[in-house]
Amino acid sequence: MKFIDEYQNSELARKLATRLAKRSTKPIRLMEFCGGHTHAIMRYGIRQLVPRTVEMRSGPGCPVCVTATADLDKAIAMAHLPGVIITTFGDMVRIPGSYSNLQQARAEGADIRVVYSSIDAVEIAKANSKKSVIFIGIGFETTAPTIAASIIKAQKEGIENFYVLSLLKLTPPVMKALLELGEVKLDGIICPGHVSVIIGSYPYEFIPKNYNVSCVISGFEPLDILLCIDKLVEQIESGQPRVEIAYRRGVKPQGNKKALELIDEVFKIDGADWRGIGIVAQSGLRIKQKYEHFDADSAFQLNLKPVKVPKGCRCGDILRGVATPPECELFGKVCAPEKPIGPCMVSSEGACAAYYKYGISYE
Amino acid sequence: MAQVMCLAVPVRVVSIEGDEAETEIAGVRRRVSIALTPEVKVGDYVLLHTGYAIGVVDEAEAKETLKLLEEIASLSEVH
Repeated sequence: MKFIDEYQNSELARKLATRLAKRSTKPIRLMEFCGGHTHAIMRYGIRQLVPRTVEMRSGPGCPVCVTATADLDKAIAMAHLPGVIITTFGDMVRIPGSYSNLQQARAEGADIRVVYSSIDAVEIAKANSKKSVIFIGIGFETTAPTIAASIIKAQKEGIENFYVLSLLKLTPPVMKALLELGEVKLDGIICPGHVSVIIGSYPYEFIPKNYNVSCVISGFEPLDILLCIDKLVEQIESGQPRVEIAYRRGVKPQGNKKALELIDEVFKIDGADWRGIGIVAQSGLRIKQKYEHFDADSAFQLNLKPVKVPKGCRCGDILRGVATPPECELFGKVCAPEKPIGPCMVSSEGACAAYYKYGISYE
Repeated sequence: MAQVMCLAVPVRVVSIEGDEAETEIAGVRRRVSIALTPEVKVGDYVLLHTGYAIGVVDEAEAKETLKLLEEIASLSEVH
């Protein structure tokens, strides 16, 4: 497949790794923000390819994983309301809430449908005009404009039974929160490729400037990631941290203007609750008053029980890069993909699921 | 199938109708929204994410990156 196969050449990958080993002299720690990168790094054995001087940590870039238990409880409570159809991306149905999950709610009679796109949710609303169709809007800047476009589409078509529970989150503010926490010292960040297709490279500029941490935007094929690590090592070795794009076929410094306009049309920036991190100021997107009739938060009143978090689960520490999955006592023992305790083991982008699938023996 | 949320796959645009395009990858066709990429043309590759084309692939930059990769790889032989 074009733009995929040519970035998977194993001979070239091996040569890049050899070059990297020669170039990297001092121990450094990198974080891959994005769960898609975690998945690719484990799948292609990149941790084994890079020199021992390069330590890698996973970050909070897994939308399903960072969804707060309280928000999940809300989605489950909405599913039990009469006349409601819940539409959601697949991984969400198995994430444990305080007392249940969406899969269990479905077994108890709730109408929950897995969709590929928010457009499918709009179509379900059209076909079920007597029901209220709620789309669970998770994701980062990559997904935000698609949900904005679907809301605008529903508005244009006069669909009145379509709602979005916006749990959308923003990347640069949570990077700032992690750097401010300072729990794990980072030398460089592998910045998310598809978030950056939308936002461009400028929003990361404060990171090298204020925190002296290198930022390189990466694609998702093995050669993309190796090129990104090569650039990060070069920056760190030379002591000149800056923002670079190693995924130039997809990312422009200014991002996607049209997509940014649509986000701004529909959403306003507000605080958001992140699993393992807590409320981070200015890190979430809420629906603007102008589109309030699509906002599930204001349309439905709920009685919620207090939040309960699973004991022993270190998903929060893993999302902050403080711990790696094998450091969790539950990992691979009581917590496995068939019977997950925490969300990092459920989502295909979760660090625990990736470690379990590809690298359980590595650490 | 498990979904990777931030995944976007390069697909080729076969035809355009209003704010939708017919796309193709490895023989599989899919209708996608081009509401976020109104500049797209037939023959372009777009990054497809949850039913929307979120960006147009820059072919010239793709070639440049491959050249750069070859260059770096060739340095692996140098001591």
